[in-house]
Amino acid sequence: MNILYDERLDGALPTVDKAALLDTLRSALPDLDILHSAQDLRPYECDGLSAYRVVPLLVVLPQRLEQVQALLKICHAHQVPVVARGAGTGLSGGALPLEQGILLVMARFNRILEINPAGRFARVQPGVRNLAISQAAAPHGLYYAPDPSSQIACSIGGNVAENAGGVHCLKYGLTVHNLLKVEILTIEGEYLTLGSDALDAPGFDLLALFTGSEGLLGIVTEVTVKLLPKPQVARVLLASFDSVEKAGRAVADIIGAGIIPAGLEMMDNLSLQAAEDFIHAGYPVEAAAILLCELDGVEADVQDDCLRVEAVLKAAGASEVRLARDEAERVRFWAGRKNAFPAVGRISPDYYCMDGTIPRRALPGVLHGIGELSREYGLRVANVFHAGDGNMHPLILFDANQPGELERAEALGGKILELCVAVGGSITGEHGVGREKINQMCAQFNADELTLFHAVKHAFDPLGLLNPGKNIPTLQRCAEFGAMHVHHGQLPFPDLERF
Amino acid sequence: MDQDHDDSSALLEQVRQALVDCTPLRIQGSDSKAMLGRPVNGRPLDTRSHRGIVSYDPTELVITARAGTPLREIEAALHSAGQMLPFEPPHLGDGATLGGMVAAGLAGPRRPWAGSVRDHVLGTRVITGHGKLLRFGGEVMKNVAGYDLSRLLAGSFGCLGVLTEVSLKVLPRPRSCQSLCLTMGLRQALDELAAWGQQALPITAACHDGEALHLRLEGGEGSVASAAERLGGTLLDNRYWHDLREQRLAFFAGDEPLWRLSLPHNSPSLSLPGRQLLDWGGAQRWLKSAASPAVIREAVAHLGGHATLHACHSASFHPLAEPLLRYQRNLKQQLDPSGIFNPGRLYADL
Ligand SMILES: Cc1cc2nc3c(=O)[nH]c(=O)nc-3n(C[C@H](O)[C@H](O)[C@H](O)COP(=O)(O)OP(=O)(O)OC[C@H]3O[C@@H](n4cnc5c(N)ncnc54)[C@H](O)[C@@H]3O)c2cc1C
Ligand SMILES: Cc1cc2nc3c(=O)[nH]c(=O)nc-3n(C[C@H](O)[C@H](O)[C@H](O)COP(=O)(O)OP(=O)(O)OC[C@H]3O[C@@H](n4cnc5c(N)ncnc54)[C@H](O)[C@@H]3O)c2cc1C
Repeated sequence: MNILYDERLDGALPTVDKAALLDTLRSALPDLDILHSAQDLRPYECDGLSAYRVVPLLVVLPQRLEQVQALLKICHAHQVPVVARGAGTGLSGGALPLEQGILLVMARFNRILEINPAGRFARVQPGVRNLAISQAAAPHGLYYAPDPSSQIACSIGGNVAENAGGVHCLKYGLTVHNLLKVEILTIEGEYLTLGSDALDAPGFDLLALFTGSEGLLGIVTEVTVKLLPKPQVARVLLASFDSVEKAGRAVADIIGAGIIPAGLEMMDNLSLQAAEDFIHAGYPVEAAAILLCELDGVEADVQDDCLRVEAVLKAAGASEVRLARDEAERVRFWAGRKNAFPAVGRISPDYYCMDGTIPRRALPGVLHGIGELSREYGLRVANVFHAGDGNMHPLILFDANQPGELERAEALGGKILELCVAVGGSITGEHGVGREKINQMCAQFNADELTLFHAVKHAFDPLGLLNPGKNIPTLQRCAEFGAMHVHHGQLPFPDLERF
Repeated sequence: MDQDHDDSSALLEQVRQALVDCTPLRIQGSDSKAMLGRPVNGRPLDTRSHRGIVSYDPTELVITARAGTPLREIEAALHSAGQMLPFEPPHLGDGATLGGMVAAGLAGPRRPWAGSVRDHVLGTRVITGHGKLLRFGGEVMKNVAGYDLSRLLAGSFGCLGVLTEVSLKVLPRPRSCQSLCLTMGLRQALDELAAWGQQALPITAACHDGEALHLRLEGGEGSVASAAERLGGTLLDNRYWHDLREQRLAFFAGDEPLWRLSLPHNSPSLSLPGRQLLDWGGAQRWLKSAASPAVIREAVAHLGGHATLHACHSASFHPLAEPLLRYQRNLKQQLDPSGIFNPGRLYADL
């Protein structure tokens, strides 16, 4: 895939004179940390999608908001592209640098400004790690609900930019549902407050628009999140199935029974074996698939719901249903799930993580389709995912050192996403478009829809300086890429690796 | 009228004609909310011919319907499958439509616990200011492809486009529901609410009328019964919440202007002339008061909130400050370049 910024397809970028820019920044911002030598820049060449690397022009590491504001004003005046970066755990190349642009690292803004137990909110700087918020709130019996598996490392600013989810978002929502207020700086260096300390704000809902905008509309400088009381109890059921399709159907049955679990996750045989070898969670390694179903709330309700879910699972054909005996076993069951990606990383030199979402009813069919595609392409696929939300994470196993395997993995990934779109789903549920899925956006949206996205961008960043080349493809790119749009069932991808 | 009718091409034609004639449109469902917001002069665009539920599969927790579908039709379909719109939208009139409900973006008593209208919007079809019928989002729970235009349209009062179809996330109705009335003053109520909010109690509505705190508990039978026992008080008819939502409580009677104050939930009581009713566990306060808008807005803004006058008035909505107003204007200009959608409904130049 042509992942590097391509001016012919992605639009011309302003030419920036590195030495002159460095001079300007040093004289305007003498105490700003700026990295400029090749060896210092190298560590920032990629985010969590490490297959794609670009060395940035400069890296800046501000510590005060006045520095960020001044920097943006300079970049705006001199037309320098700016790519924001939080913790760099993104999986779609959203923080992939530009050779022609500044990488603005927000990680040093890592102070928790306020934990307000009576108001049930936390006000934090954008570089604060997701888990740090819940840890700071814990003494008050409160926590921040969205819990991406990367929560020990990823930043709240990155979570806002990606609208991150987690294993508990079926019941507790995504980042967008758990924000009260976000402060941003525009590319012109102006502060905007989106949302408010109340539950709504006058005017158009820019908080909703900015959440998930991948650093293309503004730089997040402060975030106020809602805190929730910790549930009294949480129990987890582990159900084994002799086919992935049966497990997929059981997911819809649970929801159909009127129960909203706190988490409902599925792992197929390949991923549960890998996780078992790594974590020794106590998974049934002979099962074709398992479901982990967590129920939380007040003791009496949770007990009732456990019985209900157990009955549904058995009726759906589960060969075994186990209730975690105690808190230690519950934590072990989840540890296996949360470490499934690294576990799969141990059984394959490389893997490629997909992020499509589909309607729940399509789960059995899509799982079956993925199995067939996996055989067709001769690459193993491990499925471990947020089944309750219909958010699939097929992990495609490959070896980048074998000629052609990366390309085959990308082609297989593209087919899987097309399958998701074909059943009414989306190419990305929580990892974002970034650079990785820029071409698939042409399959998800038509030219008029993309034009409207560009219009939105124009309202906030008419010069297109914030994170150019990410999230929304140009029409030129889609015209060239149009071949993908047609004929499901054919194999458009092999033609498309190089334009 | 037909129960089920796809009239999107006629709506699209009217928008295209308006673009050709440079004639503003006044988008309306049943016009039940005409009393809210600034008056709009324009050729009426009535969405009610475009109606019907397009798809509803309870196990998906999603309903998709055309914008002109009466809200009551949607609620009836959900009810028969044991589900609901979690944000309890007010109807305020018999014919309220789905499109009007989403465009107005207001939610009922369950809002602080269940989320807002926009929180439940998964996808939309919309006629844009460029005269195109486009689709954003979809029927899946999670979708971060492109900007979230569907959620932006919720609460935009029809100023950014004509909604023709909306997909909403829905939830199962709670198995058990019980309402309570506890006699206590406002200050004590706010203290209790702050303390309960930090515990896992199944409260899903809280309203204080000056004399008593009204609570609703919802969840499984066990949790509702044990919370009711713990909180005490007297039993309250569950219909109370319906009357609150539809503004039928005695409080709403009288000629003084009605204000909706949106505040941090633990804000202290406001000393403003007139009568107040605390809703949303404190995050929404209704005010019947003849005080000047400037006085009310200053008091509310001081606490980090904003105030909406529920009347057809040139300054219904809380004024926006620069530079926010400028960016909101930029957005309107980009999405509705000819300014044909409800011009001036929210603000003079939006
Ligand atoms: C092992 C693993 C598991 C993961 N599990 C999940 C999961 O369960 N759910 C999930 O949703 N994601 C998951 N992710 C993906 C990733 O952690 C999230 O997307 C996260 O939100 C990224 O945060 P970050 O701080 O690392 O952002 P980065 O990767 O640094 O940046 C991500 C995007 O945000 C922008 N950005 C960052 N900071 C700012 C700012 N201050 N202002 C404006 N824009 C900004 C960047 O420009 C970029 O476009 C996982 C990643 C890994 C490696
Ligand atoms: C006494 C009373 C009090 C009310 N109080 C409130 C309140 O506090 N908050 C609140 O939000 N609602 C309030 N409502 C309105 C209530 O929520 C409505 O019943 C319902 O939401 C709107 O339905 P409608 O079809 O009548 O909308 P309409 O009144 O016809 O339209 C409402 C708004 O949405 C726009 N609109 C309508 N359809 C579309 C569409 N398809 N695409 C784009 N824009 C569209 C209209 O232009 C208008 O700006 C109140 C109603 C009454 C009678």
